Parts: sequence; C-alpha cells; structure tokens
Amino acid sequence: MEERKGLKDIYPTEAILTENLTKVFKVRGGNIVALEDVNISVKDGEFLCIVGPSGCGKTTFLRILAGLEKQTSGRVYMRSKDPEKPLTSMVFQGDSVFPWMTVAENVAYGLRIKGVPPKDRREAAARYLKLMGLSKFADAYPYQLSGGMKQRINVARAFVSDPEILLMDEPFGALDEQNRLILQQELLKIWEGSGKTSLFITHSIDEALILGDRVMVMTAHPGKIKAIVDVDIERPREILSLRSSPGFAALYREIWHLLQEEVEKAKAKELAI
Amino acid sequence: MSMAEEQICKTFERVIVKEEKAKVKGKSWASKGLLLKVLAFLSPSLILVLWEVLAGLGVIDVRLFSSPSKIFSALIPMLYSGELLYHTMVSTRRIVLGFLAGAAPGVILGLSMGLFPPVRASLMPMVAATFPIPKLAVMPLILIIFGLGETSKIFTIAIGVFYLVLINTMAGVLNIDEIYLDVAKNFGASRFQFYTTVALPGALPMIFAGFKLGMGTALLLIVAAELSAAKAGVGWMVWRAYDMFDIEKMFVALITMAFLGYVFSCMLDLIERIVIPWKSGKG
Repeated sequence: MEERKGLKDIYPTEAILTENLTKVFKVRGGNIVALEDVNISVKDGEFLCIVGPSGCGKTTFLRILAGLEKQTSGRVYMRSKDPEKPLTSMVFQGDSVFPWMTVAENVAYGLRIKGVPPKDRREAAARYLKLMGLSKFADAYPYQLSGGMKQRINVARAFVSDPEILLMDEPFGALDEQNRLILQQELLKIWEGSGKTSLFITHSIDEALILGDRVMVMTAHPGKIKAIVDVDIERPREILSLRSSPGFAALYREIWHLLQEEVEKAKAKELAI
Repeated sequence: MSMAEEQICKTFERVIVKEEKAKVKGKSWASKGLLLKVLAFLSPSLILVLWEVLAGLGVIDVRLFSSPSKIFSALIPMLYSGELLYHTMVSTRRIVLGFLAGAAPGVILGLSMGLFPPVRASLMPMVAATFPIPKLAVMPLILIIFGLGETSKIFTIAIGVFYLVLINTMAGVLNIDEIYLDVAKNFGASRFQFYTTVALPGALPMIFAGFKLGMGTALLLIVAAELSAAKAGVGWMVWRAYDMFDIEKMFVALITMAFLGYVFSCMLDLIERIVIPWKSGKG
C-alpha cells in the first residue's frame, strides 16, 4: 500500500504525501466516488484536522493511510524514520475497546502485538493511564466504564504503541461537551509533548481549530479537498482563552462558510435522489 | 353534579388512586428481595404439600402419580445402599465423556469454519444437511457400528453436543464486530495473534452458549442411550422402573436427573464466570 522510500529525497520535511488519491466503492446500481484526486502533503510533526459533510470520504481517507483499505488509484507516500516503530495507529470512531481485555491490557495491545515483555507493557500502559486519569481503572473491564473513559482508552492505546503517524477518526464525536473539552485538553497536552504527525477527523469546527495546525475542508460526492486553512494560533494552546480570541472567531467564520456551502449542496443532492 | 364538576371529581379520583399506588410501591421496595425469596421457596413447597394431601385423600391415583412421602421413602434406602450413587456415577461418566468428545471437535471445527471461508464453504453443506437429523434416529446405526458397549452411548451424546457447539462457535466468530478486526489489523497483528487476542476471546460467550445447549441435549440423549443395551445409569433406572411398574423408583430417577442437570449447569456457569470475567453480570 504505502511506499516508504523516496519521499525523503523529494520532500525533506513531509511525512505524508498523496498523489491523486482516488477511491471508488462499487455498489449495486453504480459506483460511489468516496475520494477523488486528493492531493495533500502533511509535514512531519504537523497536526492536520479534517472537516467535511457526512459521507465525504474522510474516514476512507484515514483508512487508506492506516492500511485498512486500498485506493482505487493514485499514490500514498508515507515516511518512516524509525522502522522499529509502527507507521500508523488509528483511533477508531465508535467503541473499539476490546471488551475481553482489562483497561491496561487494552492500552498495551499494540505493545503486546510487537512482542514487548509483559512488565514493560504494564509500565508503558500505566504511564498513559496516568496521563488520561485512568490509573484507578487499570484492572477494570470495559463494561464497568463510561463512554468517555472508553474513548480515553482508545486514544491511549494508539499513543502507547508510539506510532510515527497518529490517525484519529472523530475520537470524541460521541462525547458530551464537558468530557470532550477535558479530552481535547488532555490530547493537546500529550500531543504537544510528543510532536507526532497527526490526522484528526472531526465534525466540530471548534475542535479542528483548537487542535489543528491546518484544517482540511472536504467536499462530498465526490470527496475532494475544497480548501486548506492555516490555523496561526501559537502553541502551547489553552482552550478557553483560545476560544475567545479574535483570530479564532475569524477562522471559525471562514471554515463555517466553506462548510455551509458543502452541507447545503449535499442536502440538495440527497433531496434530488 | 354538572359536567364540569364531574370531570373535576374524576380527575381528583385519579390523582388519589395514583398516590395510593405509589405508596404501596414504595413500601414493597424494602421487603421485595425477601418476599421474592420466600415466594421462590413457598410455591414449590405448596405444590408438594398439595400433592401429598390429594394423594392421601385419594384424589390423585398413587399407583400412577405416587406421593412425595412414598418417593422419599423409596429414595432413602437407595441412597444408603449406594445404588443411586452408582447409577448416577455411571450416567455422569457417560455424559461428561460424551460432552467432551463432542465439544472439543465442535470448538475446533467451529473456529476454523468461522475463520476460514474455504473451510466454511466446504463443510457447511454437510453440517447443514446432517444437523436436522434427530440424533435419536441415528442411534440404531451407532449401535450397529459401535456395538452395545460404552462407546455407542458416549458417541450418541457426543454427536448431539458436537453440532450445537460447532454452530454456536462458528456464529460466535462470524459475529465479532468488524471494528475489532480493524484494530488488530491496524496494530499489525499476525494471524496467530489475531486468533488468540480477538477471534477466540470474542467468540467465547457464544461458545459457552453452545456448551449450555449441548449439556441440555446430553441429558436428553442419556435417557435414550440407556434405553437399549444398558445395565446401569439413571436413564436405565427409568426404563427399569417402567418394566417393573415401580413408580417410586421412576420418580427417584427423574429427581436425580433434575439434580444432575442442575449441577451441570451450575458447573458450566462457574467455569464461564472464571473464563469470561469480562462479561457483565446482566448479559
């Protein structure tokens, strides 16, 4: 799927580069173009947020990068600096915590797959559980936890495996406002400490601006890049003061206008069908 | 009373009635747990007493239905002589061996059929075609093939258990949520790691459901298996009592079977709780 070599020579600072990435799903009665000619380069250590109307191929894009799906045409280049580390880890939309493992076992899953000895696994898991405020629940099973806690496990599981690129598919989508705020703050804290290249899908413009260095706005049917907006807000970021700054409001408006058109277009198309 | 007044009265009545209901509900909450326990003990006891009384009065024909006291007095000497224990052990051995002989290949084949589409495609027609055959109908064939000894009885039970465990295990693997497969794939799990960390644990609840169904079938089949060419066992006791028209002994055998079934299901529950600690109490 991905070609690890070559990228460094052409673009020295890029971690991901896609070239006319296209994905067509064959369904009964025709084809659905989920992605069409997606060209984007993501810098090493960049946090890229992706917004767009439902069904615009955001998830498909991430799944291709994660190696869970194959593109129909086009190319993906992903840089691997350290072959010891996994290239990507994905935080899935929805509940993907294994119900048959304890919290600590879930968080350390990536390390178990890599063959890290149990003792080191436990230590690594404990470190991230502490960051996520879940230390007390290390030996609990997921059915004993709330949705917000499970989502933290999802995020921690991806971080613990220490991938070169983090892919997050609406990890906080199902959470209430307070939990979401807390987790955004925690994610910022962890991410700013690690500096990992990250791609983050969200429905919330707020969230995209709080977290991202750039925001990629997508169109639906077919899924294309409509615009890429730079978020010139300095780090480390503090969510509350960030939200009330004038720059934030201007960016919010800009992205909202871009999205509004798309959402309306998508609706009109749905009605036409 | 005018219409409006009547309407008001009615509403008022309804309110009062509702309040009373709420009160009763509130009261019963505290003692509900105890009440349920008492009821669970009381209702079977009541039936036993009723049975005894009606038998004593001659309303129930004791030659056909016996009575609790008669059954009890038949049970005690059988307990003391060790006769009952002997027959129970003989049947238990057949059930346990038959269960293991059916469940082990059932799990292994069920897992491979769930995991590998080619295996499923090649075996499924056979399974689907032979599963509906009543296992009792196969018994004469089993007797001819395996003779009159223990093997034929164990095999009969094994066949009944096998199908239920096989089908449940396969369904368990096929029903694992796709998102878990994606997680394993994304972390780069090897095939073997995938089996041990996702497929097997994910299918365990369904496998145990199959075990429980299989145990029910095993108890059903033991009676049939001990009908012919047996010299001992709880099922044999039933048939022996039938030949001798010994209704009390028959009831003793039936009670023993109920007890056996209860013990086996408790054991499976216990093992399930140890093997699947992650399952919530409700599900």
